[in-house]
Amino acid sequence: MIGALDAGLRSLGARVVDGVWKLGCATRFTGTLLARSAPALRRPQLLLDQVHFTGVLSLIIIVVSGLFVGLVLGLQGYETLKRYGSAEALGTLVALALVRELGPVVAALLFASRAGSAITAKIGIMRSTEQLSAMEMMAVDPYSRVLAPIFWGGAISMPLLAAIFSACGVFGGYLIGVVVLGVDSGAFWSQMQAAVDVWDDVGNGVIKSVVFGVAVTLIALFEGWDAPPTAEGVSYAVTRTVVTSALAVLALDFVLTSFMFTGV
Amino acid sequence: MKRTTIDLWVGLFVTAGLAALMVLALKVGNATTVSAADGYRVTAEFDNIGGLKPRAPVKSSGVVVGRVERIELDTRKFVARVTLRLDRRYDFPADSSASILTAGLLGEQYVGLEGGGDEKLLKDGDRVTITQGAMILERMIGRFLYGKAAEGPQPEK
Repeated sequence: MIGALDAGLRSLGARVVDGVWKLGCATRFTGTLLARSAPALRRPQLLLDQVHFTGVLSLIIIVVSGLFVGLVLGLQGYETLKRYGSAEALGTLVALALVRELGPVVAALLFASRAGSAITAKIGIMRSTEQLSAMEMMAVDPYSRVLAPIFWGGAISMPLLAAIFSACGVFGGYLIGVVVLGVDSGAFWSQMQAAVDVWDDVGNGVIKSVVFGVAVTLIALFEGWDAPPTAEGVSYAVTRTVVTSALAVLALDFVLTSFMFTGV
Repeated sequence: MKRTTIDLWVGLFVTAGLAALMVLALKVGNATTVSAADGYRVTAEFDNIGGLKPRAPVKSSGVVVGRVERIELDTRKFVARVTLRLDRRYDFPADSSASILTAGLLGEQYVGLEGGGDEKLLKDGDRVTITQGAMILERMIGRFLYGKAAEGPQPEK
């Protein structure tokens, strides 16, 4: 009895210490990455390749999901708003929901599972096959040659992906609301334009998506860098990337929202 | 500089992203059924427009016949001057009346246009003279209470 309790406490303590240790490593990793990203930014071709890897290749899933999220929002919103005789407010509902929350958050979750997992697998396998060590042997800094371009590429791609997601969603809402269900198109757009503020809503959404992009890319890079150099280690690291980034995105979203949208 | 297909794709991606941002910032638009070419403009003055917004529909007998184009305040008479753009297909007599109505109980406000009996028709630049502004709930309640008070106490039965 006492033995089992003792073992439980020990493993809990070990987990906590391990977590704090890992957080410290991640912070040091982030610092090194930022400090050594200047050479990477001087070589735009590297950055461009990573924008392609993280952004362009995620485009299809972002466009399709955005469209369907907009369609569903339009359908559900219409059913509810119709009861109160204000189906014209559908445009406001769809646009605000997408621009403020769903655009940045869902795009970041998709980004984490589409691009984040790929980044972790790439870095993890480069580590386990000692490609990064080989680079260091040749006096090529893996931070500025491999990691920093991915980081900045992800940070650039994410806000663009979120904006595309929101725009596709608004279009989806328009399709279902105006074209299919017959909401007046002038009222749809005019109420939307009256309710959505460029800085307070669209601007804050962009800030959110930048923060999420930075967080997801950092987590993905660090998990890959930190993965044990085995097939199993890399596979666990990919899973951890998706789980940790999803939790980080949702927690950050709550923090950012409470800062942004509480002031009257 | 050597050009690769990746450059093209990244260029397309960045363009699409910026275009989406522009669309979001300017809040899409131009979904009007009445385009500028085939419409004529009339103005109407209201003492109060309530929550009327530009691009709100103009309806006659429930049919959308145009859009609200511009709303401004006439600082000389202190009335709201609303510019309506009406579809070229529909003609209205010169003595038509415009009123600001609400779709549903809390719905969006629109301009209702009711045809009159004049032989002459409204032309581009004309003014609709017979207007009724928006109903303001507080004023209606105030008037109702005032009316009740003026009736005096009900006689005991």
